[in-house]
Amino acid sequence: MKLVPRADVSYKMKDFKSDQEVRWCPGCGDYAILAAFQGFLPELGVPRENIVIVSGIGCSSRFPYYLSTYGMHSIHGRAPAIATGLAASRPDLSVWVITGDGDGLSIGGNHLIHALRRNVNINVLLFNNRIYGLTKGQYSPTSEPGKVTKSSPMGSLDSPFNPVSLALGAEAGFVARTVDSDRKHLTGVLRAAADHEGASFVEIYQNCPIFNDDAFEPLKDPAERDTRLLRLEHGEPLLVGADRGVVLGEYGELGVADVAEVGEERILRHDAHRADPGYAFALSRLDYPAFDHVPVGIFRDVARPTYDELMAEQLGEAQAVQGRGELAGLLASGDTWTVD
Amino acid sequence: MTKQVRQLDRVIIRFAGDSGDGMQLTGDRFTQETASFGNDLSTLPNFPAEIRAPAGTLPGVSSFQLHFADHDIMTPGDAPDVLVAMNPAALKANVDDLPDGAVVIVNTDEFTKRNLAKVGYGGDPVEDGSLSRLKVSPVPLTSMTVKALEDFDISKKDAQRAKNMFALGLLSWMYNRPTEGTHGFLKSKFAQKPEILAANLAAFQAGWNFGETTEDFAVSYEVKPARLAPGTYRNITGNVAISYGLIAGARLSGLPLFLGSYPITPASDILHELSKHKRFGVRTFQAEDEIAGVGAALGASFGGSLGVTTTSGPGMVLKAETLGLAVMTELPLIVIDVQRAGPSTGMPTKTEQADLLMAMFGRNGESPLPVLAPRSPSDCFDIAIEATRIAVTYRTPVIVLSDGYLANGSEPWRIPDVGGLPDLSVEFTTAPNGPDGGFLPYHRDPETLARPWAVPGTPGLEHRIGGIEKSSGSGDISYSPANHDLMVRTRQAKVDGIARDIPPLEVDDPTGDARVLVLGWGGTYGSIGAAVRRVRRAGGHVAQAHLRHLSPFPANLGEVLRAYDRVLVPEINLGQLALLLRGRFLVDVIGYTKVRGLPFKAEELAGVLQEVIDRGE
Repeated sequence: MKLVPRADVSYKMKDFKSDQEVRWCPGCGDYAILAAFQGFLPELGVPRENIVIVSGIGCSSRFPYYLSTYGMHSIHGRAPAIATGLAASRPDLSVWVITGDGDGLSIGGNHLIHALRRNVNINVLLFNNRIYGLTKGQYSPTSEPGKVTKSSPMGSLDSPFNPVSLALGAEAGFVARTVDSDRKHLTGVLRAAADHEGASFVEIYQNCPIFNDDAFEPLKDPAERDTRLLRLEHGEPLLVGADRGVVLGEYGELGVADVAEVGEERILRHDAHRADPGYAFALSRLDYPAFDHVPVGIFRDVARPTYDELMAEQLGEAQAVQGRGELAGLLASGDTWTVD
Repeated sequence: MTKQVRQLDRVIIRFAGDSGDGMQLTGDRFTQETASFGNDLSTLPNFPAEIRAPAGTLPGVSSFQLHFADHDIMTPGDAPDVLVAMNPAALKANVDDLPDGAVVIVNTDEFTKRNLAKVGYGGDPVEDGSLSRLKVSPVPLTSMTVKALEDFDISKKDAQRAKNMFALGLLSWMYNRPTEGTHGFLKSKFAQKPEILAANLAAFQAGWNFGETTEDFAVSYEVKPARLAPGTYRNITGNVAISYGLIAGARLSGLPLFLGSYPITPASDILHELSKHKRFGVRTFQAEDEIAGVGAALGASFGGSLGVTTTSGPGMVLKAETLGLAVMTELPLIVIDVQRAGPSTGMPTKTEQADLLMAMFGRNGESPLPVLAPRSPSDCFDIAIEATRIAVTYRTPVIVLSDGYLANGSEPWRIPDVGGLPDLSVEFTTAPNGPDGGFLPYHRDPETLARPWAVPGTPGLEHRIGGIEKSSGSGDISYSPANHDLMVRTRQAKVDGIARDIPPLEVDDPTGDARVLVLGWGGTYGSIGAAVRRVRRAGGHVAQAHLRHLSPFPANLGEVLRAYDRVLVPEINLGQLALLLRGRFLVDVIGYTKVRGLPFKAEELAGVLQEVIDRGE
């Protein structure tokens, strides 16, 4: 964001709504995410023209059309690669990748991990509904084992990805999880992701009312959610509800225990800035694969040099040492001879 | 002892040895010496895909052929006049290419029972008379090198390794090559290893002195400099020429160059070369795969760079989906496919020109794009600039079909005057073009049919593009049947219209009474040209034309084809251009095809041409 200009006008949410009719199924979680995103963009403080949304294929990937910024609705799974070329060559842009669990983790898994590993200055929003929506309801790389769908009538045999674990395994500097229905939390995570220099990865639990309705219901039901959500706040104790908390196990793994049993002093405090990704990874395994206690918030927020900065530095260094390239000199380099 | 110097007008030398013997380096140095002497030249490196096949075996043989002359030549030559064979495998792999009376210098130290047996020689061919049709010079290259270096503080292995410099020294003496360049080269290569440097210089000198003093070589040869057009020259390979052309194209268009690429033989050297030129503002991105390479290039193009991706056949296949997106989004993009023998992995280090139909049609839907092919290593420079021109003018991906032979082969290149290169400057769209002050991303230039290139960061022109069909003008998603029909036809018309903007196909028909036309494309230009000369020298009449633009074809191509009784189309594939010509022009062209991983031989093509001529008489 260092080279991204600041807007000199103050935008309203409506400034980011395009004139295109939004066409998602009624009740789709994408509406809530779009509204939160449109509501957040004014506070991003970046000129509209310096924002680019790049998406792949899938329901979520229609996102760019609904925003009055620059955008590219590209091809299946390749948005991180396209965004890499854009961000690496244009450090003045705020680049957002919109993808889904099929797009980003299946066909585009390779590009995603490499963009995160390189720390390209992009923000990846992965809408996870644990199902293939656009192709009408096949199991996805995040579907639970045994999932019965059209392509898995006897239950899916696949072991699912945990997207947060995957992103941390690729050593992403910023990794967070949030939920489509919690606009305040979602907006807070977007804000932090945008503030982060380099690649940020945000998993957004998103409901598909047609093919996987209520997949995240336990996390949304006001009566139940507080006993399941582990809200990650830097410096605060890691508590699930009031009476359970996260403790360190014998081998560095994390577990959830009754506070009354283990004592308050054993409950860990969240540290999102730990350089070593091991702790954040252990946190990401807590809910896997059930939903008994689901960490939401920022798992990791660690700064390291971004790809576009490093690339620009090399160009600058080459020019400082060797001077700006001069074409005639280049063509005539090496052994030459002259014929009169 | 004064030795005789004999004048020759041209020589073909082939260095052959084990993959570890440094034959490519030796050949390259001899080439540079020859270039700086002022001969015209053409080279053909030929090496295995394995980094180090087992020593002394046939699959491990690496060779480098150089043709140099006192006049302009077009090919690396059909058959070597001189073979340097560093071991029995090198002899066995190459001896059948030698004409009677050719000179063979063999490194006798390597002709041991074991090495001979390894390649199936029952006895020693150097001694058993089986090479009597050749002039064999047995030279104990390894032991003489080791002996020459015995006072140096280096290992025996390092001393043995310098035998290629001994061989280079000997050949440099034989052909009166200037040696300063090789001295300079060794000094910079071994700047950090003074002892190895001294040993290599000594080995080189020892080889030279051996030629000068031994009675085995009573004659040395001289090939006078060629009478080339005045100018400053350098030797250049196709891959370096493409790299320079891309840098030049970026400069001329005023765009930053962005290369997204994944290493693949024989295209990798373009990535290597461009990576060296960061001071030109060149961004090189070694992607995680071919798809990411082209994707990043397209992303950079969207952002206002000259996006380029480089690859070879199997990688090209993976890029197909993104090429479709580039066709649909109508952004400039340059795709270099350095063709190699296929299908699948094929023969990675061997040449072919069999990706033409893939370049033309290898995408889903009606997906037209311009296709160009350079005809010689130095033409790679001009083709890269032409690809830039077309890509930025028409907002389209452009495929350049180079090949392994052009990529690694080299020839003298007259360095162009930078001031004479075309102005390709691009103006991004910065103002609204819609009736109500809005922006229409698919509103076209009536001349070129190109759509505006408005890059992110431009206020007021925010818009969305993508792979889904867009409404003409507004760029909104459209499933309208009429709109799709219009857009498909318009994209085709845009590419077809480029024909108005490229030079007509030139036909070389000096007497004007040829009845037979030979038409080629890409890297076969040299072989065809040399064959045409042979036929003409023998009194035959033949016209020659060579395509550099394959999509669209030059506007006069149909007329040219119909002007001759017979059209011969030689290709290193099974007749891909011939298929296109028949389909497009209903002309029954005669295909001549060969897929051996090697360029055509001029003599062979001349024979085929003569046959086609004779058929009509």
